[in-house]
Amino acid sequence: MDKAREESLSLEKLRNGDRAEFAQLMDKYSGIIYRLSLKMVENPQDAEDVLQETFIKAFRGLPRFDGRSSLSTWLYRIAVNESLMHLRRRKQPALSIDQPLETEDDQQEPTQIVDFCCMPEKELMSFEAQLYMDKAVESLQPNLKAVFLLRDIEGLSTEETADALNLSQMAVKTRLSRARMKLRNLLSEYYGERMAKDKIKKEQITLNRAVAKVEGLSQ
Amino acid sequence: MMEIDHLRDKKHCGDLLSNLSEFIDGTLQEELCEKIQEHMDSCENCRVVVDSLRKTIYLYQVTSPEPAVPEAVRERLYRRLDLEQFLK
Repeated sequence: MDKAREESLSLEKLRNGDRAEFAQLMDKYSGIIYRLSLKMVENPQDAEDVLQETFIKAFRGLPRFDGRSSLSTWLYRIAVNESLMHLRRRKQPALSIDQPLETEDDQQEPTQIVDFCCMPEKELMSFEAQLYMDKAVESLQPNLKAVFLLRDIEGLSTEETADALNLSQMAVKTRLSRARMKLRNLLSEYYGERMAKDKIKKEQITLNRAVAKVEGLSQ
Repeated sequence: MMEIDHLRDKKHCGDLLSNLSEFIDGTLQEELCEKIQEHMDSCENCRVVVDSLRKTIYLYQVTSPEPAVPEAVRERLYRRLDLEQFLK
């Protein structure tokens, strides 16, 4: 998809400051940059700031764009850096993408074994569940979150993600693995509670029916 | 729901965990894939971990469509870059 987006744009015109061509670029990429920004900074106002700053910096930087990365990877890089700057202003911890993790070598481990895959998709993707999923992503350290979003949501390869974030491919793999497992653990907790509540509800209904039947028989 | 604290102690479960992400992406060496598959056939806990990890990624992907940028946000973006004339 990104190849198709990119092929229709003239890099030469973009580098020469062609405004109509740049408007085309914004049309093609503003959706994905806005999605990334929303998930990185977690509120619409900051996401809009990131969106604007990303394209302002892209417009200024295009004459120097060497084309070694794809346009989308380059735009993602600018957007992630802008997002991290916004988070830094909010004084959240762990603010640099190249900051080493406290336990870089440790892998995130599964904390619970909950087979939630059998739940109906309607419940797995309910409005409430989606809010919880968003909260789970918010809880990731920014350096894990950026890797997860670029790899699993934006669909970049390990190599492209490493390029966008200026990380080694090994670091991308390690961080992706940790982010995925952390999200899995959080979702397992959530869906596990839902499954337990449903089970209690079903047992209560069965019990009520049995009581009603016994009462009916005794009358 | 079953708490697990012994999973890492089992050698094969540990092997699986350290390669899980690449296994799911299909980028792991064939030989290792076969070993993991073999282990999963006999380890219910690991099967659940793999399935739920796959499902987690799937759920995030299907619930994250590319959003249309809200019209007002789009207009402000074009204005900020002095490109209003190209607003369609």
